[in-house]
Order: sequence, then C-alpha cells, then structure tokens
Amino acid sequence: MIKAAGYTFQILRYDSMAPETQPCFATYRVQSLPGLTVLSALLTIRDELDGSLGLRCSCRSAVCGSCAMVMNGTIGLACRTQVATLGSDSIILEPLPNFEVLKDLVVDMTPFWTMYKKVQPWLMRKSPVPKTEVHQTEEDRNRIDQFVNCIMCASCYGACAVLARDPDYLGPAALAKLERFILDSRDERPLSALEAVNSERGVWGCDTLFKCIEACPKEVRPTDAIVGLRKTLLQYKFKKFLGVLKDEA
Amino acid sequence: MLQHDVIIVGGGLAGLRAAVGLCDRYNVGLFSKVHPLRSHSIAAQGGINAALGNHPEGRDDTWEKHAFDAIKGSDYLADQPAAELMCREATAIVYEMEHWGCPFSRFPDGSIAQRPFGGAGYPRTCYSTDLTGHMLLNTLYERAISLGVTIYEEWYALALAADEGQCHGIIALDFKKGAIVPVSAPATLFATGGYGRVFQYSTNALINYGSGIGIAYKAGVPIKDMEFVQFHPTGLIGSHILITEAARGEGGWLTNNKGERFMERYAPKAMELAPRDIVSRCIRKEIEEGRGLDHPLGKYINLDLRHLGEEKIQKKLPGIRSICKDFAGIDPVYEPIPVMPCQHYSMGGIDTNERCETLLPGFYAAGECACVSVHGANRLGGNSLLDTLVFGKMAAQAMGEYLESKHGTSNQALLAESGRNWERKIQGMNRGNERPAHLLARLGSTMSENVGIFREKQKLQQALDDLVALKEQYGRVFVTSPHRHLNYELMEAIDLEYMLDVANAIVLGALRREESRGAHSRRDFPTRNDQEWLKHTLVTLGKDGNPLISYRGVAITNYQPKERTY
Repeated sequence: MIKAAGYTFQILRYDSMAPETQPCFATYRVQSLPGLTVLSALLTIRDELDGSLGLRCSCRSAVCGSCAMVMNGTIGLACRTQVATLGSDSIILEPLPNFEVLKDLVVDMTPFWTMYKKVQPWLMRKSPVPKTEVHQTEEDRNRIDQFVNCIMCASCYGACAVLARDPDYLGPAALAKLERFILDSRDERPLSALEAVNSERGVWGCDTLFKCIEACPKEVRPTDAIVGLRKTLLQYKFKKFLGVLKDEA
Repeated sequence: MLQHDVIIVGGGLAGLRAAVGLCDRYNVGLFSKVHPLRSHSIAAQGGINAALGNHPEGRDDTWEKHAFDAIKGSDYLADQPAAELMCREATAIVYEMEHWGCPFSRFPDGSIAQRPFGGAGYPRTCYSTDLTGHMLLNTLYERAISLGVTIYEEWYALALAADEGQCHGIIALDFKKGAIVPVSAPATLFATGGYGRVFQYSTNALINYGSGIGIAYKAGVPIKDMEFVQFHPTGLIGSHILITEAARGEGGWLTNNKGERFMERYAPKAMELAPRDIVSRCIRKEIEEGRGLDHPLGKYINLDLRHLGEEKIQKKLPGIRSICKDFAGIDPVYEPIPVMPCQHYSMGGIDTNERCETLLPGFYAAGECACVSVHGANRLGGNSLLDTLVFGKMAAQAMGEYLESKHGTSNQALLAESGRNWERKIQGMNRGNERPAHLLARLGSTMSENVGIFREKQKLQQALDDLVALKEQYGRVFVTSPHRHLNYELMEAIDLEYMLDVANAIVLGALRREESRGAHSRRDFPTRNDQEWLKHTLVTLGKDGNPLISYRGVAITNYQPKERTY
C-alpha cells in the first residue's frame, strides 16, 4: 500500500473528430482519499480539472461493463479498482486495446458487438412452448453459471493477443456467449450451427494464452468455452462422419 | 431528420420489452443514451415477483394475494385495478422471459426458484442468484437482437416535439458524432428510468438523472406523486451501492450497536422483511437514538449474514459478496455489512394510465419514469422488474392499437425548428461560470439533507429556496468544451436543467402533502390522513412557467384502506 498525499494521473488523450492532433498524455493531480477508485478519480478530474475528459461509466459497482480500460498496464474496470492497489502514486490510464479510440478513454465498441451478433446469441427452441417454465435441473443451471455472469465489458477482447493480429477473429466474449447457449439444456439449435465458428477466425483461432481469463473482472473463463466448443465440434464432425446424427437436417 | 413509426427512448427492460412487442409490425427506433446493457436495469439484484407457487411454502399463492400485498405495501395509494393488472400478468411475463432464455435459479424439481421478500405474504420472488436484473436484461437484449430491433446506441433525447394535442417525436443528439437530429414518429415511448442522481446518496447508476421525467414535464405532460421517493434500507456505506433485500430474504439480520435485532420492536412479525419504507425509518430512528455504529463515512447499522454460512452466501448471494469485497474490503461470510438507507427508487413519475398513455396523444411512458400508479406511496421489492416488463408489454399493445387507427401527419416544421433552437441553446452554454458538476453537487446535497426519509415543513422550505437559487445559478452554466460529441459535461448541463424541475416537483409535492403515507414521512404530520390525502399529486407546467398542482382520486375497488401493520 502506497501512502501518498496525492496521485498523479497521466491520461492518454485523443479526439478522433480532430485527427490532426496527435494522441498525448495529460497530467492531473488528485488528492488521496481512503477507498478512492480509479473511476472516482476520473470523475474528480472531469468535474474539477478538465470538463472535456471523455470516459464511459454507469453503474459504478462493477456490473454494467462500461468502464474497462488499461491502468498502469493492466486491464480492468475503473470502478472496482482502488487506486491504492495499483502500487504506485503515479498512474497511467489508457483506453482498451484492440479498439479504435473515439475520444480519450472512449473506444468504438462496434467490432465487439458485431462479433457478438455473429454467434446468434439467443436461446433457440424447436419444441412447442409449454404453459409454464421449461424445467432445468440445478446441475444444468450451474453448468452455464460462469458464462451467464459475463458483463460484456470487453476486457477479454482488449487483452486478446489473437485479436491484436487478426481483427476478424470472433474473440473470447462472443465465443463464451455461444458456449453459454450450447451448454444450456434448453437450447435446441442444431449442432450444425457450430460450422459457423469452425475456422481460424472462430474456435481454432485461440492461442490458449489465457490472457482473457486473466483480464476478466467477473471470473469468467472464455478459454474454457473455446475448448468446450472445440470438443463439441469434433464430436459433431465425428458423428456426422459415422452417419449417426439424427437431429441434423 | 429520421423517421420511425415508433420512437422508444431508453434501452432498459421497459424500453426493450416494448420494442420486442412492436418490431414485427412497425418500424421501431430505440434510442438509448448508453449501450442497452449498461442501463440501470442491469443492477437489479433480488428478483421479480410472480405467484408461480413453486416454493414449498407458497403453493397456495395467487395473483390476488400478490395484488393485495402490493396495495397494502403502497399504503393504499396504488390504483387498485392497475396493481391487479400487473400481478395478473406476472406469471405469464416471467414464463415468457424464461422461454426467451433467462437463466433463473432453479429448485431441485427444475422449476424457477423463489425466495421471500419484504412485505410479501408468500415467497414469490423469482430470481437468478442475486443478479436477476443482469440476467433479464441480457435475455431481453438477446431477444431484441434476434428480432433485429434498430437500436441507436449513445443517442440522447434532448426534448419532445409536441404541439397542442399531439406528440411528433423527439429532438435527439447523436452523442458520438455530436449531431442534433430531429426524429419524427406518430408514437413515442419514454422508458427513461428514475431520477436517483437528484439525491447525493443514491443506490442508482451515475446515468440516472431522471431527465426523461423532466422532458415530459417541459412538454406539458403532468407528473404524478413525485414526493414518494423510496429509500432502500441497505446501501453499502461510502459507495451507497445496493445490498439486495434478498440478503434479508435469505435470512440476514439487521443489528444495532448493542447487537440487537431491533426490527423486533417495530415489526415483530415481519422483522427484517417489513416493507422498505418501514425498515428505512427504523434504521434512521436507531441511528438518531444513538444505537448506530460509527464509521469515518457516517453512522451505520449492521446487516449480518454470518449465520447463513459460506455455502449459502456463495450460492444465493454471490454478487453481494463480490460487491462487499470490492467496495468495502470485507467478506460478509466473516463480517457484518455496514449499511445505511439511501435513495433507491422513484415511485412517482410521468402520469400514465394502465395502457401507458399520457395526456399527450402519441406520447407514452413505462417503467420507473412512469407512474401508473401500481406502487403508490411505497413499492415492494421485486415489483419494479415486474413493472418494467408488464408495462413495456402494455405500452407495445397500446401503441400498436394507436398506430393502426392513426392517420395524421407529423409536424416536420416544428421538429426542424426545435432542432435549430437546441443548436443555439447549446452554443450559449460556454459563456457563464457555473460548472454543471458543482450545481449537481449542490442539488444532491440539499435534496439528501432536506428531503430525506423524515421530512418537515422548515426543511422542505429550505430545499425550495435552494432550488430557486440553483435555477438562478443555472442561468450561468458553463461547459468547458464547445464540442458536442462525447461531451459528458455538456450532457450533465442539459440533464441538470430537467433535474431542477424534477426536484422542484418532489419538494412541492412533499411540502403540500401534510400527512405521512408510505415513503413520505412528515415529522410535523406523523399519521396517514385518508380523509384529505387519499389522492394523487399532479404537477403540470403552467403557462407562466411555474408548476401547477392538482390532485386526483385513487381508484379503490376491492380493498378498503386499513392501518398497515407487519
């Protein structure tokens, strides 16, 4: 724990609407307070020092996924990161990697949501709709638990080394979302739907470096999802080869 | 100029549910100032009420019993047919969300799990651990994506465009580009959420300015029952982050500095599961009478979960455990949680009927920004998620019927002129010297100090005087950057003007209402007065720019008002 009277924040600033200006670090001093989070510090900077600072935030309680950024080289949510835990009285803040910057700490999330939509992230049913709930055992509900907890903050997307070299890779969050439905006992999508991710831009793109797991603030393990999808896909291919698949058109 | 059949402002549960109900037949445009998944619905924790009868102790629960609990909980200010409608629709809406994929927690028989909640006669709160809002919002967003709803992410509504007798659409700001864009549509729905940030101490997200309510008021639409502000008993000390009522539903205790479960003295039967208005007052009383605990950030009361054990806490309340670790540095398995009551919910809002219609044809409201009224003077936990979904669905039905019969043309000239006025208005915001953040802090401070759990004439008058001063100061508001794109300070400045109107309506309603009912508790008028005050407060913008106050009777059908005991 660093006991400092104050912190120096260096924030990477840039405005894509003024592309002639270069990205550069601006420096601000913020007083130290017990429990000060990076988000509180940023809001103090915007309220007291520079009203033009751009950053996203909403829930301030680590549930909405708005404020992922890089803090002293590590990806995390600004709202749940206490400044004192960063181990220095000098803090560098940068926008999430693997995205275009719109303004300061605000990035263009379009590619992230495009990948999300590509996996068809919704429950698919073929059976007739029952009058009450579709039953699911506690065990089956638990199988999807870590994946339904994802808050779509894109920390994993920012940390992913594959995305850094190939922006067309689906990325950890979208694949974890797909696995959430594949594992859901209620989902009835045909396994042939997995063909859409059977490529180097899909499940085979992952280098299994576990950077996504490290970056996730919600203890989701996207690599588990990717490995799970690979297994399901191989089983499907094998069964298809043997001609024992019944439910496929 | 953009054109749609339907404009929906707000991408939380109410807005998404309405969009899902209309997008197959109409050209819907959903405008959300944040990505829909960042909406405040995401933060709802404990659950959604529906008399499914899945719980072993709730087999003979019915929607009628649910309605009675809601009406009693409302201190009889709810319109009874509206509350009954909501509770009758509850089971269908929960099953619908389940069918669309919501991962509810389950009982061993595979049915949707339910837990006890405050003010409820049966355990009827359906949940997904303590992340129910997160699960419902993700499910509904997934549904909206599957249906191809057109969503304008990070677009703000600046104003309604309305002339005598018709809403023509909105003036929007494309926040990423900074462009002011008039949007025309014969039907517009506001699902813009609550106004928590009017108060300094609130569990609400930082985006909950409540400007949607202010925008409607400015357009001449009455706003209703604004004095009824819910203070949640258990906000985490310091950050004021919500600690769900489910913590008490699962068996958590509230204890004072003597270690007493003090609720025994106030609500011997319901104990910690008395309704929120009552529990918040009891906590405040314990603290005022010297039985609170001390913390550098203020006095507090303990919420003790230790006796539940790690397994139950991890299984039923994992989100609370993370919040306590992240934001208070404690683990509720080993330490009690320091809590204090904080502003949490807006019972009041845009005056609507059960069909979500307002007095302005073509303009609708649903969810927390609206006041039907189903929650009256005090909302029960688990009924707000229900409200958003049921009335999102109702709004879709009513708007669909309206569009079928509507053959008018929209007033494009009005929209265009209003857009130009906004250009000028924003340009005028970099001449003064008052920073919006400072004005907002002053607003929050007077509201939390003077319009809190216990109210009295003198303090309310003080708040009113402070608001007059703030309005004068707002005339000199100063925004640092002249650019409109991603200028968060500019948005705060725009929201602030609406917030001052919202706050004014809250204080005026509270000052006039000389009784104590539900969440509105006057030290100088400590009892409920059905003879004079069994009525809704309506605040409307007068021709001279000042608020006009009027009243409307409560629809009482099946349940005569009685004294509330728990």
